[in-house]
Order: sequence, then structure tokens, then C-alpha cells
Amino acid sequence: MKDTIQGFQRRDGRVGIRNHLTVIATVFCANHVVERIAASVPGAVPITHHAGCGQLGADADNTRNILLKTGCHPNVGAVLYVGLGCEQHNARDLARDARESGTPAAHLEIQECGGTTATIARGKDVCRALMENMATDKQLVELPLSDLTIALECGGSDFSSGMAANPALGRFTDRMVEAGGTVVFGETCELMGAEAVIQRRTPNPRICDAVIQRIQATEAAANAMGVDMRGSQPSPGNIQGGLTTIEEKSLGAVCKSGTGPIRSCLNYGQEIPRGGLHFMDCPGQDLTSLCGMISGGAHLALFTTGRGTPLGYAIAPVIKLTANAHAGQWMAEHIDLDLSGLIQKDLTLDGACDMIHRAVHRIAGGALTCAETLGHREFGFHTSGPTL
Amino acid sequence: MTKQFHNAGRAIKVHPADNVATVIEATPGGTRFQVTDKTGGDGLGLTSPGPVETGHKIALAALATGDPIVKYGEIMGRATAPIAPGDHVHVHNVESNRGKGK
Repeated sequence: MKDTIQGFQRRDGRVGIRNHLTVIATVFCANHVVERIAASVPGAVPITHHAGCGQLGADADNTRNILLKTGCHPNVGAVLYVGLGCEQHNARDLARDARESGTPAAHLEIQECGGTTATIARGKDVCRALMENMATDKQLVELPLSDLTIALECGGSDFSSGMAANPALGRFTDRMVEAGGTVVFGETCELMGAEAVIQRRTPNPRICDAVIQRIQATEAAANAMGVDMRGSQPSPGNIQGGLTTIEEKSLGAVCKSGTGPIRSCLNYGQEIPRGGLHFMDCPGQDLTSLCGMISGGAHLALFTTGRGTPLGYAIAPVIKLTANAHAGQWMAEHIDLDLSGLIQKDLTLDGACDMIHRAVHRIAGGALTCAETLGHREFGFHTSGPTL
Repeated sequence: MTKQFHNAGRAIKVHPADNVATVIEATPGGTRFQVTDKTGGDGLGLTSPGPVETGHKIALAALATGDPIVKYGEIMGRATAPIAPGDHVHVHNVESNRGKGK
């Protein structure tokens, strides 16, 4: 099996597997302008959200960190930040910081341009100029698959996730880590009840305690709301699909992270160190979880699902795997890899692991995922504080 | 040697210590189950009194109220009612031990 791909060389030495021109709103006031600019430039990705104003402290810092790391991500060739002009994280500073990290970057402010119409008109010109500075096919470099950082996610889970798809993904995780690759998993809530599994495989007590502490903090936050977590965890769809308790969901979810030790416990959106398996404190909610891990540097995500889900991500491929034969057929347009042979036939975990390996090679090398083909490019980050 | 049942439902036991197994395809009431583990299984024969949906669990042993439900070799909740071997095991007779509010 060929284990290298062609990637896009970035000025700071990193390599990307996509070459997106992104147009990022620094505040929700700029969302419409961002969408209009991106719609007028072929291939440009609009990135909009609900935040960027009225946030405080760590919550505000997190928004800035995510907006910056999205613009400077190795899969991004160039970025245009669009702001209103009076918000917390101004577009000018974000573009400056992005340029310092080596990403071609520009900014526009709606109040400075004189309104929506003028900003859209200028945005088109700025994007054309940025595209001239982007890496091209001539700047491709050979990249071993083990240089990739891979995020793990599961969503729309059912009985098949923990029984088959996640163990197969766990086998692939172990293979990647053994080859020197980097893998990150999160979904803190979905480790509730799987602490014993974490403890058995994480010999470093400091890291183990840190992960357990994050799980306890998440449970305490849920308990502080004074309501039963059921209804959200497991979700109604999880329950219909056979998952009875959060513990059962967690014990299935943790399988995707393989059997090796956890090398670090990371904050949301924190840069992921090279090599090994890492835990990031992320919500169980698929989109904000993907956002944290991809902002931390993951090139792509491997996403197991039981019921099928369409979710993609703005700047990174999200590869969907299912071991549910019904989802593989009924939701076929969303499924990159049908592993239902694990349950229905005699597909082995090693065989499924080989299938995942080939899919990663193909998609990291440029083949589009189902989500990319359908135009899914969701974006959204975790917020933690009150909005004032 | 593993016993084979005619028209048996398939159920998979994930871990040797488990007291539940997952039903692979929806079955009507009165179905006799062929329970297998990862290695091909012990062929334990159980009959479910009611229908069981795809991916739902049946009990492999008699459980009293408060008994731990074990899957993946770990505790995934506790019984809230007496459960007989073959019974459907789900939110109607199992409760989580976690995140239940205060």
C-alpha cells in the first residue's frame, strides 16, 4: 500500500491536504457579506458564526483563537477576514497574525468600506489578489500519511458504533500511532462511564488524572443544571438505535481511540503535539467537537455513525464510516465507507482497518468525501460564557 | 459444539463478562436466540417474550432490581425492575448511574 500523498507546502513548513480560500466573519454582523463575497469567488469557503461580540474572558479568547487557527490552518491557502469594525476581535489584527504565521491574509471592515454593497465589491477584488498568492499545484510536496493529524468523531451513534465501527477505527488509530502518526479524540461527555478504560491504558498518572478531571467537570456542569442528562445523552435517536445509558454510549465511543496510552490532555482548540494519541476537552456535539480538533491542527476527521449524518466541515474532509447496513444503504450519499460486513458478514477488524487506511490515503490525496461532494462545509465553535 | 436453532434470532455478546447481548436484526416475540460472542460463541438459547428491535439488548441472566447491567465488561447502568433471561433490556428497565442532576 502506497503511504504517501501530495500535499500543499505552507510557508511555515506545515503541509495541507486541501487548499481553501476562506472568507471568515470576525463577528456575526459580517455573516451576510461573507456569504456574498464567497459566492462570487469560485472555490471560496464562507465561514460564519453567531459570536464575536458581547463575550468575556476565556470565552472571548476562545473565539479569537478559533478564528485565527481556522484562517491559518494548513488546509487553508489564503484568508480574508471580514469584520464590522467595532467588534472585540478586529479583522485587521487577525489578518496581521495570520500573515505572521505565513498564511496570505487580508481584511475588510464594513464600517470602513461604507456598508454591505461596497464591502462585497471590494471583497471580490481582495479575494482575486489573495488567490494569486496561494500555493498552486506546482508547490505540492510528498507527505507520508504518518505526518497527518487525524481527528476522531462519532455522531448519530447506535448499537453498531460501539460494536463494530468504533473498534475498527480504534484498530486504525493504533496503526497510525505505531507508524508515528498523530491522532486526537475528544467528546468529553462521551467518556462518562468509560473512566476505567482510560485508567487502564494511560500509565502516566498526571495525564490520566487530567482527563478524568475533565470528565468529572463535564458531569458536574450537567448536574448543576438540575436535570437528568437523558434526552440529550443518550439522544432520542441513540435510544431508538439501542443505546440505553450514557455509560453504554461512552464504552462504545471510547473504542475508536484504540488501545494505546494518551499522551496529552488538551484544551479546546489547543495545538495538537506531533506524534501519538491525544485527548482534547471537547463537547460531545459533533460540529463544535470537530471545530476544536481541526482548529488544533487536525487535517481530516474520521467520523463513525450508526444512523447516518450529513455533517462536513468548512476546511477539512470528514470521512464517514458506518457499520449499520441500513444506514449504509438508506443514507448512502453520506457514507464514505460501509463497514457493515463487520456485523453482517465476516469482515474482520484488520480488514476494516485496511479499508479505513485506503480511504484516508485516497481522501487525504485529494479525492472528495461525500460531505465535500454534497457541499457540506459546516462551521461552529464551542462557547462557554454568558453573552452580554 | 454450538447448537443451531431453526429460525433463530442472532444476538452478539461483546465481552465474556456481559449479562446482556445485542440483537442484530429485529425479531417478533417468542423468538429463540442464538447468542454468539466474538469468537463464534456458546450458542446459549434464550427466548424473548416480546419483539426486540434491531440493535436492542436482551438479558443473558436473571437480574434483580438494582443489579448492575454489564456490557463491554463494564457497568453501563442498573436494573430498575426484575429482568428475566431473554427479556428486552432498555430504558424501561435500566437506569444510568451518571449525570442525573441533583
